[in-house]
Amino acid sequence: MATIRPRVKAPKKAAAGEIIEIKTLINHDMESGQRKDKDGNPIPRQIIHKFTAEFNGTEFFSVDLAPAISANPYLSFNAKVDESGEFTFRWFDDDGSVYEDTKSIEVT
Amino acid sequence: MQVNIEDGGIRRRSVLFSLGGGAAVVAGLTVIPGLANADEAAVTEAIKGMVGDVPDESGVALDLPEIAENGNTVPLSFTVDAPMGEDLYVKDVMVMADGNPSPDVAVFHFTPMSGVAAGSTRMRLAGTQNVVAVARLSDGTALMGSKQVKVTIGGCGG
Repeated sequence: MATIRPRVKAPKKAAAGEIIEIKTLINHDMESGQRKDKDGNPIPRQIIHKFTAEFNGTEFFSVDLAPAISANPYLSFNAKVDESGEFTFRWFDDDGSVYEDTKSIEVT
Repeated sequence: MQVNIEDGGIRRRSVLFSLGGGAAVVAGLTVIPGLANADEAAVTEAIKGMVGDVPDESGVALDLPEIAENGNTVPLSFTVDAPMGEDLYVKDVMVMADGNPSPDVAVFHFTPMSGVAAGSTRMRLAGTQNVVAVARLSDGTALMGSKQVKVTIGGCGG
């Protein structure tokens, strides 16, 4: 698999109390565990099973993902921002890897 | 079905039609046991495990294509019609598909800081089936929505 690179699209500026939309995408095969290789052996499951979003150290949103989520999982969600700060996004792989990305936002 | 006994032609056609319908039903039944897929009962069990009882279908708006050509990436969006205040807010939204090998799709966890209880993702659907979303509020209230998606090519690759 190619290097796993998370991508996040979030506004850089917002008004206090505004509800912003955050879109995330990460390249990952999301191997479901249902497929078989050409010899008929099952391919073991390897997916991103959890996603979390924090703002200034407080987790405000998370998702538990099942194998039914498509490859290169896309997630969009919202956040109500009252102050400037930094978002931290984490993706948890079945193999124990954690992929991380951060975005800062200026609230006026 | 109404059968006009006086008119032989119509009657014959009606009988043929009903025979055809019966054959389709039988074919459908013989196909289902071959697939080790989840079913409505599994989804019902999951809903009961989460919120205690199956709620009425209201409060969760699901945005899904009526026909998905590719079951590998079916776009899904939902919005829960509920307040997101400090006292009362949507805590969890569980999305399930009743015709996949396992009914679980995703569970979204919200907090008042989410602003609105809405989200979107892309999912795999093994075939034509119902997608169900159940929301649980912080006071225990449950809301639900469901929609059938027709899938042309299944997305669970074998």
